[in-house]
Amino acid sequence: MKTSPEKPRLTPPANEDDHAQGPTDAPVTLVEYGDYECPHCGRAYPIVKDVQARMGDRLRFVYRNFPLTESHPFAEHAAEAAEAAGDQGAFWPMHDTLFEHQDALDDQHLVRYAEALGLDARDVAREIEEEAHLQRIRADFMSGVRSGVNGTPTFFINRVRFDGAWDNLGAFLAALEEAAASGARTE
Amino acid sequence: MSSAARVHGTGGTDTSPEHALAAGTAAPDFTLHSTPDQSVSLSDFRGHPVILAFYPADWSPVCSDQMALYNEILPEFRRYDAELMGISVDGVWCHRAFAEARNLHFPLLADFEPKGGVAQAYGVYRPEDGTAGRALFVIDDEGIIRWSYVSPIGVNPGADGILDALEHLQPREVAR
Repeated sequence: MKTSPEKPRLTPPANEDDHAQGPTDAPVTLVEYGDYECPHCGRAYPIVKDVQARMGDRLRFVYRNFPLTESHPFAEHAAEAAEAAGDQGAFWPMHDTLFEHQDALDDQHLVRYAEALGLDARDVAREIEEEAHLQRIRADFMSGVRSGVNGTPTFFINRVRFDGAWDNLGAFLAALEEAAASGARTE
Repeated sequence: MSSAARVHGTGGTDTSPEHALAAGTAAPDFTLHSTPDQSVSLSDFRGHPVILAFYPADWSPVCSDQMALYNEILPEFRRYDAELMGISVDGVWCHRAFAEARNLHFPLLADFEPKGGVAQAYGVYRPEDGTAGRALFVIDDEGIIRWSYVSPIGVNPGADGILDALEHLQPREVAR
């Protein structure tokens, strides 16, 4: 019997296909698997911003999709909206908008957010309607499942799943600083 | 209430989670209620891999995430022709309310009478809590346990171990 499996490792590691903020060669890469409709991810959103502000160039932050569509009926289209905005170079502004408006994620609002961000909203609307990014979103999801994602949000620090309390800023920062100090980039 | 659970086979008598039945063991058969008027027997699924997910209780936060996660991954399990069943000591009406609230598309079995009898047979009952532990079993199409795992009670074990185990049941993978 397998009672203590090796800690799950992020597979694939962060790469050029990911949505990332911060330098590629930062000593720490933080990857979040998130769901735009998940209230816990909503709580994590300002904490991640805080962590990014404090760590500056020493941190690369990557966001991958993990929509729990059976529990969250708007999560899939919200992810489509962010990916569609990404096609127009605005993934992060849409990502932020969605987490700041978790109570209004229906298609009409998604298109309105695209307009507010100055995007071609018709393109965004069409891509949402066609679920143009479903394959990518599903690939993100399955990479999470195989990497040991067990709920949302799940964070990985340099490919190792962070099982501590992300909602405790001190503990979260300490884990990131430790990864930075160890310099053990595992990729 | 009449006896809803009939545990066949010979499970281990030691009920601590450290004594969960190991790979290579024949999975004890059982019959449990899946709804107020329907029962499910493990032997009904001979010919298909079966995933048994024991969990402590409906409604508790960690379990809910775990069951919601498995609900989302059902299509992947089905690629391996595998049937997933959740098992806890909760009764059928509790399971029904929980499954409806979470929109679950797989059966939750009530290990209710005798309480925890199936969990005991699989060696994953926690007498100190009066609940099943958080334990996973992957059983092959001939009823042999091929992988088992007991998670710390507060940790959602995710699904990667299940998928790895199903993958090793070659050549069972069904092309998508």
